[in-house]
Amino acid sequence: MTTVNLADLAFEQGGALLIRRAIRALDTGGAISVTGSTPDLAIHLRAWCRAEGHRFAPSGGGGTIVKGAAAGERWRDAVRAGDATPGGVVDAPPQRWGLAARGALVESGAPEFAFPLTEKQQVWTADAARIYAMAAANQWDPASSIPWDDVFELPPEIEDAVVQVMTYLIENETAALLVPSRFLAQLHPHFREVMQVLAVQAADEARHIEVFTRRALLRRDRLGLSTSGGQESLKTLVDEPDFAIASFLLSVLGEGTFLTLLWFLARNAPDPVTEAVCRLAAQDEARHVAFGMAHLREHVVADPALLGRLENAVRRRHRELEHTAGHNAEVFDALLLIAAGSWNHDDLRAGHGKVTRLLADMNEGRRARLAKLGFTEGQAGELAALHTRNFM
Amino acid sequence: MNHNTLILGAVAYDPKVVTIWDGFQQYFADHGLPFDYVLYTNYERQVAAHMAGHIHTAWNSPLAWLETERLAARAGRRAEAIAMRDSDRDLVSTILVRAADSATSPEDLRGQRVAVGAADSPQATLIPLEVLAQHGLIAGRDFEAVLFDVLPGKHGDHIGGERDAVRALVKGETGAACILDANYGLFLKEGTLPAGAVRSILQTPLFDHCNFTVLDGGPEAEIARFRELLLGMSYADARVRRLLDLEGLKQWLPGRTEGYALLAAAADRNGYLDRTIAGIAS
Repeated sequence: MTTVNLADLAFEQGGALLIRRAIRALDTGGAISVTGSTPDLAIHLRAWCRAEGHRFAPSGGGGTIVKGAAAGERWRDAVRAGDATPGGVVDAPPQRWGLAARGALVESGAPEFAFPLTEKQQVWTADAARIYAMAAANQWDPASSIPWDDVFELPPEIEDAVVQVMTYLIENETAALLVPSRFLAQLHPHFREVMQVLAVQAADEARHIEVFTRRALLRRDRLGLSTSGGQESLKTLVDEPDFAIASFLLSVLGEGTFLTLLWFLARNAPDPVTEAVCRLAAQDEARHVAFGMAHLREHVVADPALLGRLENAVRRRHRELEHTAGHNAEVFDALLLIAAGSWNHDDLRAGHGKVTRLLADMNEGRRARLAKLGFTEGQAGELAALHTRNFM
Repeated sequence: MNHNTLILGAVAYDPKVVTIWDGFQQYFADHGLPFDYVLYTNYERQVAAHMAGHIHTAWNSPLAWLETERLAARAGRRAEAIAMRDSDRDLVSTILVRAADSATSPEDLRGQRVAVGAADSPQATLIPLEVLAQHGLIAGRDFEAVLFDVLPGKHGDHIGGERDAVRALVKGETGAACILDANYGLFLKEGTLPAGAVRSILQTPLFDHCNFTVLDGGPEAEIARFRELLLGMSYADARVRRLLDLEGLKQWLPGRTEGYALLAAAADRNGYLDRTIAGIAS
């Protein structure tokens, strides 16, 4: 029989751990002897054994413990929640795995959660871990990454145009924060890497909202206009209940289009702060688009009928927005003025040319992504053109 | 309403009691035993209800068991303890003093103030005072017993009284405190008792705690099924493990009554039990 000699270590100061370790190594019915010199050891041993379901016989200052069956019974029907590696993701994790870490041993009888997104096919991409790692490595600090203190002064109406564009960007990035956040709370945590991507995506948008707000208020004390048409367009995203469709409309079409817009703004920025906030935001948005594309591509491969649902979603949204202004004249004019840089006729003409090319680039980007998802050239071209005039 | 429903009485000493009995009610229903329960605020009312036939079985404290047994005997009836927790067997209470004090035996408590639990607590009051009496120290004559009376009527099920008793000891307001062995460990673990602050000078003999009590004349088939289902519960079964954890056991065992002799002696000292029974009967 093994003897655990606690010597002068008190039961409650770590002695219990040593005893527990020794008991773990026993089969039910196996015994250990415990000795020690601290006062009242036998009192604690008896009470502890009674609570743990072990038998106890005192002798000297300690006693003999015979292992009861309960210790093994608690874990008898426990199951391993997949495997911690990305390869260990299961197709449909049970709701009872709940919040347990992927790969943990889950006690039977754990409460049943009600996560709506529990199918691997709906949400998973093998790229999620890589995209999350890239996102974590490329987080930037708004305080130090942007030259807030650079000296510049824009003509008043160019400054107003920048403020209007920033106001519009904040509104759109708010939608881009809320949509993944909503699905994040619905996702079974078993899909850990996807959960992390959605979380960092929300954090990215929070930062974008911060820097766009700060740029807008850099030289002005109030923000620009928010149009009903713009909000009607975004509301269709916020209201979309299906993860695949929301992800498609937001990340592939919306943020894909925004990516082109942000690079355009960075290239044509009238000041270094606008350039930096748009460039840094664009870098983040590229990852959001990459994640949307990656999981939707895998979803389409597993379920080709998804393409039909996505197509219907574009057509439905187009119909819903057909009778709204959609097109944001204030933003369009502001973009033109920023691209022109002055009220000079030649500059305005050149600015208009740039904005026209921007719209064509946006459309081409959407068409290419749609084709990559598996739509035919004809479908891709048609659906790209049906995208909201609000861009997002 | 099913007339074959077995009705249990339990004392609501903590909100978790509802969770426990709702859970067991579901378990019994799943196994074909219609079961319901009634909660009482104190054991004396539960014992009275049991004697009056309002309930078929009572989840009784050891003192409530003695009250029922005594009342049944007076009425020419028979009480039986049909099951108990594994953790109801072989309890010990201990009398603690401050580690730095000189006391080493009960005799050293003469003239002191001794903290005990609720007046009706078997483990923190009645049994320790009986053991001291057997050592020749009578409360009120040889030392002052200071009651920490949290929730009287609940027979010490609420451990607040024992916690207050050890706090009084640590603060120097009393020279000793009487508590259950399991609570000694708990109070050390939660920090109510600083490590090394106290030591035991006396342990009581082993005694038993709660049981399910039935009286003759009850619905025998339902009571037999109830007992069979209790004894058949396995800690490996996730449906009941949660409830067993809440109720503080690993396994239900058959009832036994020899572990109540010490409490019976304590309760009969100075006519305590007779007075309580008279109160119930009135």
